Amino acid sequence: MDMNQYLDIFVEESKEHLQQLNSSLLQLEKNNTDKQVLNEIFRVAHTLKGMAGTMGYIKMQTLTHHMEDVLDALRNDKITVDSNMVDILFRCLDALETYVNTVSLSGQEGHEAFQDITDALAGILKGNNVQAKSTETSPKTEETGSTEPGKLRVELNQYDINVIKAGLDAGMNVFEIHIVLDKGCLLKAARAFIVFQVLDGNSEVIKSVPKIEDIEDERFDFEFTVVAITEKSSDFFIKEINSVAEIEKVEVTPILHEHLDAGAVRTESKESDEVSEDENGANKVLSDQPLKKAHKTNKTVRVDIERLDTLMNLVSELIIVKNGLESSMENGQADDDSIEYLERITTSIHDAVMKVRMVPIEQVFNRFPRMIRDVARELDKDIELHMSGEDTELDRTVIDEIGEPLIHILRNSADHGLETREERKKMNKPPVGNIYLRAYQDGNNVVIEVEDDGRGIDVAKVRRKIIEKGLESAEMVNTFSDKEVVDYLFKPSFSTADKVTDLSGRGVGLDVVKTKIETLGGIVEVETEWGKGSKFSIRIPLTLAIIQALLVYIGSEQYAIPLSSISEIVNVSPEEIRKVRNQEVILLRDMVIPVVYLPQILEVPDSGAEKEEKSLTCVIVKKGDKFSAFIVDSLIGQQEIVIKSLGKILSGIKYIAGATILGDGNVALILDVNSLAL
Amino acid sequence: MEKNHVDKNSKQYVIFRIGDQEFGADIHKVSIVEKMMNIARVPTTPPYIKGVINLRGEIIPVLSLRIKFGLPEIETDDDTRIIIFKFNEFALGVIVDAVYEVAVYNEEDIESVTSITNDRSYDYIVGIAKREGRLVTLINIKKLISDLLVKE
Repeated sequence: MDMNQYLDIFVEESKEHLQQLNSSLLQLEKNNTDKQVLNEIFRVAHTLKGMAGTMGYIKMQTLTHHMEDVLDALRNDKITVDSNMVDILFRCLDALETYVNTVSLSGQEGHEAFQDITDALAGILKGNNVQAKSTETSPKTEETGSTEPGKLRVELNQYDINVIKAGLDAGMNVFEIHIVLDKGCLLKAARAFIVFQVLDGNSEVIKSVPKIEDIEDERFDFEFTVVAITEKSSDFFIKEINSVAEIEKVEVTPILHEHLDAGAVRTESKESDEVSEDENGANKVLSDQPLKKAHKTNKTVRVDIERLDTLMNLVSELIIVKNGLESSMENGQADDDSIEYLERITTSIHDAVMKVRMVPIEQVFNRFPRMIRDVARELDKDIELHMSGEDTELDRTVIDEIGEPLIHILRNSADHGLETREERKKMNKPPVGNIYLRAYQDGNNVVIEVEDDGRGIDVAKVRRKIIEKGLESAEMVNTFSDKEVVDYLFKPSFSTADKVTDLSGRGVGLDVVKTKIETLGGIVEVETEWGKGSKFSIRIPLTLAIIQALLVYIGSEQYAIPLSSISEIVNVSPEEIRKVRNQEVILLRDMVIPVVYLPQILEVPDSGAEKEEKSLTCVIVKKGDKFSAFIVDSLIGQQEIVIKSLGKILSGIKYIAGATILGDGNVALILDVNSLAL
Repeated sequence: MEKNHVDKNSKQYVIFRIGDQEFGADIHKVSIVEKMMNIARVPTTPPYIKGVINLRGEIIPVLSLRIKFGLPEIETDDDTRIIIFKFNEFALGVIVDAVYEVAVYNEEDIESVTSITNDRSYDYIVGIAKREGRLVTLINIKKLISDLLVKE
């Protein structure tokens, strides 16, 4: 059966389940006697196992199966939770995530077997409670290996069947030999090697599950199965293989013509869909063949059905307006009401479509508790993460990109921001450090804040670093406000960390954060108080594709400035422009605002007539909490514009964020306020 | 001289003129030929990039081969055309003085230029072909603007 159509669903649902597993595990760690949580974890593991099984992802299925064993023992109080166990369960989670990611990229689960994790899981059961082992693991062996007598474990393909038939016709015996190694066996590959020597010397092995290469690399559980053609009897093999040390069990099943016929029938019935049969088979024998069909899953958004209904209603209204317009056209008169109606509907449709693209930021946030937990352990600090506003919604494209910079900032706060327990005690602070992660909507923006109650940023030290690194002269730095100094943290290769830790301090952190946020059209700011903590605020526009913009003339060219970054528009006379430190500024309500002459910067060709104007039009834009005054020639008006990319050739052009098409079909460029503002 | 059928060894080329020289470009890369239209200048780009146009809702950069080849700019007239090239990753408009026709050239009609020059900067020239007694330079547009594509 072709499973490809289910891949997207599988990946999406698996991710949801893994997320659930993640939060449940965190709860389990905090409260390790809660049966409800255990049941929840068990349920998720079980669901994942079923899903993986249906899709034919054997390794994933095996891993979840082992998890289930441990969880079941936990549920039945055969063993108790300890942090080591939670660690192993977390590693299972990571492994499952790896599988799901591989699946979403290639359509197959990959070759990683995570043997160490299954071993560790088995170790929990064995090490902690002997009784648990006898009751828990033996039914397990039964289950995984359970095949009714006479039925074969391995699946034979047409080629195998032909070979076996030839062997049987030549009067040879064909056996399926199932070997189970002792659970305590340390050198599994070595044991398996000896077994293979026995087999090779007395038979021809035509098939092995897992593949021989995998067995050599120890990529198998404690059992493997081979199909061998031989002249010897089954008793001979049972005796010979049992004579090898650390063998728990040997089962020899003769393969007869009946098996082959049954197999052939099955193969035939599947022949209608040869490719997927092939793929399935490849999966089953854990083949090393290159991926046949690299199926890449698409990006999907889960949409509330109500939102789709709204959209649907709007579209039907649109049709009504169209009909209305048609009839009024027949009458030969334009209908103002209809046009107005149309306008209202298009705006509503725009809104509705935007909402469809929105996803709660929870998707990004919910991986952080786990991360902070790991970081806290690594740094040996007590850290509590408080999250709020997880239901704040952002455009899907933003959601995909925002995670990485947030990780940087959070790690930064945990590593540099928060002090060690001892330091906190000295400062009369509670030993547990707090990190607050908040998201909320503010007008057309979404604000994400990461605040910690740690030591804050040592501004004096940053000042020293700026001078040391020769970025600015000492006297220059002394004129900087604290705010300006802190902004240097976002410059490339600027790190004040005294020691480089695994987490941060290599000076590749905050500038990456800043670049990333700016590509999303957002800004990032820091507030800090020495000894009290710091707060990083990220401000990103709600949606990227359609924005409100102010259209202006610069020379004879039209440009669009995103309305979200404009704070006001003022007219100033040329005399009001003063020079401070070689920078022209204007004074607005006691604020000194640097002036940016857009015509010059954008090299707009002179329209000729030297106009001696009495006043200059200044668009005051806001970048973070700093203002700049953009001088433009005249204003056109406010308009909703669709942002279009300039394409590959012109990507990365300075000062321009994109282009838009105006009502008359002409193109207006959208100014990149971040790069233009001083 | 004219051959109308295309066989395995022959390719179709769009023939256009810049100044008094004729050029040809592989027709498979040409999406459409448009009349001159409004071009929005893009600041901080090399002079031969004239700007961007709106081609039925798509923003497409346009460059002037005249300037690229170091010829003086001229007023656009009724013959001026923008040839829209489409590659896998991007589209591109090229302003030319006139577009003539589609010509079919056999491999043997095309003379390699490596015999004339080894200068790497002429890499964009695929070869020289003859058309009604005149020479047509066959060019590879993508190579011509490779310097634009290298930079990030």
